Amino acid sequence: MIEIYLSLLVKSIFVENMALAFFLGMCTFLAVSKQVETATGLGIAVIAVQTITVPVNNLIYQHVLKDGALAWAGLSDVDLTFLGLVTYIGIIAAIVQVLEMGLDRFVPKLYNALGIFLPLITVNCAILGGTLFMVQRDYTFGESVVYGFGSGAGWALAIIAMAGIREKMKYADVPKGLDNLGIVFVIAGIMAISFMLFSGIQL
Amino acid sequence: MKGLRNFLEKHEHHFKKGGKLEKWYPVFEMTDSFLYTSPEVTKGHTHIRDGLDLKRIMTTVVLALIPCVLMAFYNTGLQANYAAEAGTLSEGWRLAVMTASGGADSSSIGSCFLHGALYFLPVYIVTLAVGGFWELLFAVVRKHEIGEAFLVTSLLFPLILPPTIPLWQAGVAISIGLVMGKEVFGGTGRNFVNPALISRAVLFFSYPAAMTGDRVWIPADAMTYATPLGSLAHGGESGITWINAFLGLMPGSMGETSTLACLFGAAVLIATGIGSWRIMVSSLAGLVSLVLVFNAVGSETNVMMNLPPEWHIVLGGYAFAMVFMSTDPVSASMTRTGMYIYGFLIGAMTALIRVVNPAFPEGAMLAVLFGNVFAPVIDQYVIKANIRRRGRRYAGC
Repeated sequence: MIEIYLSLLVKSIFVENMALAFFLGMCTFLAVSKQVETATGLGIAVIAVQTITVPVNNLIYQHVLKDGALAWAGLSDVDLTFLGLVTYIGIIAAIVQVLEMGLDRFVPKLYNALGIFLPLITVNCAILGGTLFMVQRDYTFGESVVYGFGSGAGWALAIIAMAGIREKMKYADVPKGLDNLGIVFVIAGIMAISFMLFSGIQL
Repeated sequence: MKGLRNFLEKHEHHFKKGGKLEKWYPVFEMTDSFLYTSPEVTKGHTHIRDGLDLKRIMTTVVLALIPCVLMAFYNTGLQANYAAEAGTLSEGWRLAVMTASGGADSSSIGSCFLHGALYFLPVYIVTLAVGGFWELLFAVVRKHEIGEAFLVTSLLFPLILPPTIPLWQAGVAISIGLVMGKEVFGGTGRNFVNPALISRAVLFFSYPAAMTGDRVWIPADAMTYATPLGSLAHGGESGITWINAFLGLMPGSMGETSTLACLFGAAVLIATGIGSWRIMVSSLAGLVSLVLVFNAVGSETNVMMNLPPEWHIVLGGYAFAMVFMSTDPVSASMTRTGMYIYGFLIGAMTALIRVVNPAFPEGAMLAVLFGNVFAPVIDQYVIKANIRRRGRRYAGC
C-alpha cells in the first residue's frame, strides 16, 4: 500500500512534472519566476491549493459526477460527467477564495507574503490539470491526496529552480531579440531536457 | 619568433577602433593572446594572489584531459581492433587505412592508437570546425572576445560520444549546445549549464538509437556489443573484470571509460585548485551512500540493484562526469555548503537513474545536467541561510 503511494509521489513530482513534462501552468511559471523569494511563496501556495482541490474534486467525482455514482440517491443510471469541467473550475475558484479569506483572518503574515499570487492560482492551468488527470486516471481518495501534493510540489520545485537560474541571469548578456521572455523560454526548454532523465522510469 | 611578434604589432592598428578590419578584432585578439602573454604586466607588489586568468584555467583543464584523450585513442582502437580480428568490423575507409598500414592488431599499441585516432580525430575536427564557426560568428557580431573555454568544450564533447557517432550529428549537437546553451546567454561564464552536456543530452533524446543502442559502441555489424552498464541493466553479465573497467579497457564512449585517466585529471584539477574537491568528494559520497541503500534493499529481478559501489564508480561515464563535468566552475554551485549539496545531488541522481531507470543506464551525464539546473537555487538558499545566521549573531550588538 505504502509503496503505491510512494511511487505515485515520485512519479508526480519528477517523472510527470507539471511544468516541465506537461508544460502546464506556463503563464505563472514564466511570469512570476523573477525572484526566488516570490517563486517560493507561489510554489507553497500551489502546493497548498493543489493538495486541497484535487481530493475535494475527487470526492465530488467519485460520489456525484461519475457514471452511476448517484446510486446512493437512487439514481443509478445518471451520468453527470459532462458537468465535470464546470464543476471543477467552480470548486477550485471557491476553494481558493475560502483559503484566501481564511488566511487573511487567521494567518495574516502568510496572507501578506502570498499577496496577489493566491487569487492568481485560480487561473493556473496546473491546478485544473491536476484535477483532470485525477479524473482521467480514476484515482482513489488516498491516491488523489498524494497526487495533489506531489504534482503541486513538482511544479513548485520547477518554478523555484527557474527563479534561481533567472537570478543568476542578472550577469548574462542576452541578445536583444531574446531579452526577457524569449530567454526564459530557452531556459525552460533546457530545464525540460534535464528533467527528461526521469522519462522511462517505470513505477 | 621576433618576426611574428613584429608582424602582429605592425598590423594591430587595423583591428583597433576605426581600423578597416575593426570587425575582426576578436580573431586578432584570439591569435595574439593564444601565442603571447599580455605585455601589460603589473610592477611591484600587488594584492593579487595569483595570475589565474581564464586562459590558464582552461589550459589546465585541457592538460588534465590529456590522459583521457590518450585513453580515448588507445581504447577505441583496441575495441575496434578486437572487432576487426573477430572479422565483425564493418567495411569502411578506416579498415582500409588499417589494412594498408599493416593490419589491425589488438596486441600492438601503435596499431590501436592509429585505429583509435581514425575514430576520434574526425569527430574532434568536426566539433572544432562547427563549434569554432559559431563561436567566431557570435564573437564578431556581438563584439565579445573568443573565450578559451571553447577549447575545453570542444575537447570534452567528443570524449563523451560513442565512436560510431555520425559526424553530422556531432555537428548539429555542438551547434545547439554552443548557441542555445552558451552564446544566447552572453558567452563564456554567463551560461548556467555546461554546453557540452546540452549537446550530449540533445543527441541522447533526439537520436537515441545512435547514442544508446547496443551496437553503437563498437563498429561491428554482426555482433552486438553493449556497454557493460547497458548489458547489466538488461539483466546480462558485464563480462569484464574490475581492473579492466578501472583501466578503461571496455566498450563505451570514447574518452570516459578509464577511471584511472580520470583520476590523473582529478589530481591535476585539485592540485591547481581549479576543480573543486568538495564537489568530487560529495558526489562520490552521494553515489556510494545511495548504492549501499539499494544493495541493502536488494532485488531479485533488477541486477543493477545489487551492483556494489566500487563497480558503479568504474563503469560508464560516472568518473568522467564527476571529475570534468560536475566541477565546471561556471555551472556548478559557488558556495562551499552549496558545493557539498550539489555534488551529493549529482552522485545520488546517478545511482538513482542507473538503478531505477532502464532507459538510460549511461545516465551520469544527465545527472550532472540535472544538478546544473538546481545549482543556482542551492546557492541562493545557502547565501540566504548565511545572511540569517549572521543576522542572528550580530543581533545583540
